[in-house]
Amino acid sequence: MALAKPYLTIPDFTLSPRIDQVGVEERASRFTKRSIKKESKMNGLKLVLNMIDLTTLEGKDTDGKVKQLCYKAMHPHDAIEGIPTVAAVCVYPSMVKVAKKALGDSGIKVASVATAFPSGQAPKDVKIRDTRFAVNEGADEIDMVISRGKFHAGEYQFVFDEIAAIKEACGEARLKVILETGELGTFDKVRRASDIAMHAGADFIKTSTGKIQPAATMPVTLVMLEAIRDFYYATGKMIGMKPAGGISKSKLALHYLVMVKEVLGDAWLNNEWFRFGASSLANDVLMQIVKEQTGLYQAANYFSVD
Amino acid sequence: MEKTIKKSSLSISNNGLEKKPAAKRLEVLKTYKIYIGGQFPRTESGRYYIPVNAAGEKLANVCLCSRKDFRDAVVSARGAFSGWSGRAAFNRSQILYRMAEMLEGRKAQFIEELMKQDSTKSKAEKEVNLAIDRLIYYAGWCDKFQQLFSAVNPVASSHFNFSVPEPTGVVAIIAPQQDSLLGLVSVMAPVIAGGNTCIILASETKPLCAVTLAEVLHSSDLPGGVVNILTGKPAELQSWMADHMDVNATIYCENNSEVQQLIQQKSAQNLKRVFLCRKELGKP
Amino acid sequence: MAVKAKKTARKSNTIKLKFDTSWSYDPAPESKSAASIKPKYDHFINGAWVKPAGGKYFDSINPANEEKLSEVADGNEADVNKAVSAARNAYEQTWQKMPAKERAKYIFRIARMVQEKARELAIIETLDGGKPIRESRDFDVPTAANHFFYYAGWADKLEYAFPNRKTSALGVAGQIIPWNFPLLMAAWKIAPALATGNTVVLKPAETTPLTALKLAEIIQESDLPPGVVNIITGAGATGADIVNHPDINKIAFTGSTDVGKLIQRAVAGTNKRVTLELGGKAANIIFEDAPLDQAVEGVINGIYFNQGHVCCAGSRLYVQESVAKQVIRKLKDRMETLIVGDPLDKNTDIGAINSRQQLDTIQRYIKIGKQEGAEMYESSCRLPGKGFFCRPTLFTNVAQSNRIAQEEIFGPVLSVLTFRTDDEVIEKANNSPYGLSAGVWTDKGSKIFNLTKRMRAGVVWANTFNKFDPTSPFGGYKESGFGREGGFAWVIALCEFN
Repeated sequence: MALAKPYLTIPDFTLSPRIDQVGVEERASRFTKRSIKKESKMNGLKLVLNMIDLTTLEGKDTDGKVKQLCYKAMHPHDAIEGIPTVAAVCVYPSMVKVAKKALGDSGIKVASVATAFPSGQAPKDVKIRDTRFAVNEGADEIDMVISRGKFHAGEYQFVFDEIAAIKEACGEARLKVILETGELGTFDKVRRASDIAMHAGADFIKTSTGKIQPAATMPVTLVMLEAIRDFYYATGKMIGMKPAGGISKSKLALHYLVMVKEVLGDAWLNNEWFRFGASSLANDVLMQIVKEQTGLYQAANYFSVD
Repeated sequence: MEKTIKKSSLSISNNGLEKKPAAKRLEVLKTYKIYIGGQFPRTESGRYYIPVNAAGEKLANVCLCSRKDFRDAVVSARGAFSGWSGRAAFNRSQILYRMAEMLEGRKAQFIEELMKQDSTKSKAEKEVNLAIDRLIYYAGWCDKFQQLFSAVNPVASSHFNFSVPEPTGVVAIIAPQQDSLLGLVSVMAPVIAGGNTCIILASETKPLCAVTLAEVLHSSDLPGGVVNILTGKPAELQSWMADHMDVNATIYCENNSEVQQLIQQKSAQNLKRVFLCRKELGKP
Repeated sequence: MAVKAKKTARKSNTIKLKFDTSWSYDPAPESKSAASIKPKYDHFINGAWVKPAGGKYFDSINPANEEKLSEVADGNEADVNKAVSAARNAYEQTWQKMPAKERAKYIFRIARMVQEKARELAIIETLDGGKPIRESRDFDVPTAANHFFYYAGWADKLEYAFPNRKTSALGVAGQIIPWNFPLLMAAWKIAPALATGNTVVLKPAETTPLTALKLAEIIQESDLPPGVVNIITGAGATGADIVNHPDINKIAFTGSTDVGKLIQRAVAGTNKRVTLELGGKAANIIFEDAPLDQAVEGVINGIYFNQGHVCCAGSRLYVQESVAKQVIRKLKDRMETLIVGDPLDKNTDIGAINSRQQLDTIQRYIKIGKQEGAEMYESSCRLPGKGFFCRPTLFTNVAQSNRIAQEEIFGPVLSVLTFRTDDEVIEKANNSPYGLSAGVWTDKGSKIFNLTKRMRAGVVWANTFNKFDPTSPFGGYKESGFGREGGFAWVIALCEFN
């Protein structure tokens, strides 16, 4: 990687801070010790619901499925008043138009995966066209995947350039960069990939496609939040965070909120800067909200499955 | 107070359900199954044999395991190895202690089975007590043997040099034929205390306690697959146990020198460690 | 809201994170009803509760609200005599003769009962000592149980620990423990003594006697033969009676260096064995190649764990100059998220200072630090109106010659110093009368081994801090005391080699 010229703006990513695995895991588990009760629980649950990118990314997705999902996004549970909507609906590029139309002026964003999601194994021009297509169809946000193969091979400049090119193709759309942390192997590499993505122009960094295990975990998210914090201190620029996959229970989602609150603070505690990529989380949050309101433990049959 | 006790013992139950002394109740017999991967299947072969005690009573229809049962058990043991060996020593210690607790709670059943298998009451009691104490003894070893057998070696160069014991892997055990409970516990406990997983072929003629012990293990938070217990005939299985390529060590506890030699020779196939327990294991 | 935050961040010259968030935690107090505390406790001698010979009792208060929790017997010489003779008798009549594996089973049984009553013990520990319930629940009580569990297993294995040596017990062990980890210290001292066949007279600290007395109840419930463990309460004078008692074979003391010196003097000329685990002023060293975020967390854990009432607390932080600014900023951010308050609240990170006296000491040192010209920073949290509380505090611009860099404060106060080279920091870190513990943070393995070798400290943590385990020996160099507790090193101190 060229060091001399762009050094001030593009650091040497091989020098990204090192991460101690055991330390990260201990710190992450400490967040889970916070006890969220009463009003703070209710407020937290609503915040979580409002941060969800309701997602369907299946080969068998149809217009009908996407339309139903969009209705759920706008009306998560009409039986109860004061329930917020989710933040966005996340679909494949071919479904963007349907989603955009279905969501109308609800204010809910349409996010589209792009760049040969989920593997990212396609030439750069295909990825750019994939991105442009989604943007032209009306996507507000683009969720791209990095080239993990190139990353593991140490070709950081390639990864960097690709992200920068997609960012350019995004135009006004916000770019979320998926690191697919389940394929990166170590926290050191998660940190390095986060740094590359942020410097290359990511608006958000995102853990996973949801197609690989493990997907989002608290330790991995913590490493990325700390990368965001360091980037903010160095540049003054805020970057959003989106853990995706594997977060299906309210309690876990609240632990993530605790983590955001205690690592990045107030400015990030909203759906402009923090998202959950999830599909089944919404209903669990709704069940907990109704439980808090009625005092009765809820059953899944009372909540719509979309 | 005394009266009520007498009355209730007469009518079996004082809850009013049974007013008269009940007719003789038909006993529900236990099916003696094998223990593989934390489950209790029957042998895949569908075969059985009937061990008989000295008085000529049939003990049970016991699974006559095949080489395929052994093969399946090795797969479970291998699958459980990384998790079990990776657990904190302290956690293994807690689980062994829990086994002792569970065994203590089912003492009567073991004594009864041992007596069915030709033991006297006092000998059976002693054997069960020793088995419990032995589990506790090895529970204590889980987080101590490393301290005694590890070393920081004062090498002359500028390097930090240390040695620590690590588990061997999957161990195939042919349990002692006598002392069917104590012998089995005595070979099993150190193997799992050290972080290994195992497949045990129970005593052929006295297999009852082995199967019941599996139930104890099953309720002791021991992960499935760490201990697998088969019943059947050593003569049929010992050769398979000794030459399986995914087994790292074999333990044989009898004095039959032909079998000893067979196991040693077959084990050379993949350089298995062979342990021949020549001395009597029943001794505390 | 978000857009506004973005703008302010860009506008302001000093980029700063804001942790006073719109979403905050409601109180989540642990219920006191899961614990029962008797209004009055006598001494536990010879398996029974015995009224103090002097008839006096003193109060044990909750440092978080200054309310009385219970009153406990004030021991005098007569009580100590009674306890020691019970212990001697139990040693000679039963404990010494009992097969080792039976002894083991008693200790295992106690371990299990501590686990069963973990919640109650945690609540009482927090009420009596002021430490956050999260710590007593997740650290003190489970670790105490683990000590019993670990040492139980040694009872019948001593012949393997010392091959070809015949060991026997010493006799009666007098044990005096501090107020910072009351139950854990009791377990830490009692378990190995029992495993090696000794009997015990233990005195908990006067501000935190309740969990030791609760342990006495457990011991009673476990059917341990009477007199094997005796627990008497009282202040320093009672401790002195134990130290001076002629029929005690072994003194184990954890506490201040000053008292440790008194004890060493007092036993001079007797045949008593002594181990002392005393004060410390640990250096926690961060190199520029360290995993900084984890190091910061380790520093926080090193100094603010248990309100800094930890003899091995990492109270001197040495940061390599090239990363000092970054580390200090991260530290200050992290301090802002520490919750100070009701120790019973599950979200509390820093509870109450153990006593008014200790709070005075800490505040005196904070004043000294300011007078010495160091720069003080404390978190902006609000403190409760009642009880003894102190904000997490750090000093920067500290010099090696400052008193706050030399003396043990025993509170949530960190002194931050900087260094340039490895040799320099090793020299500075060793430049202390103490030598209990140290920490080193670096990504480089060889540096860790080099440092641990040259550091004059009994415990050196690498890329972690304040980690305790029954299998790991613990103890000091220099004025931090002598003898090792924990692991099987502790067994050595409790055995006679014949």
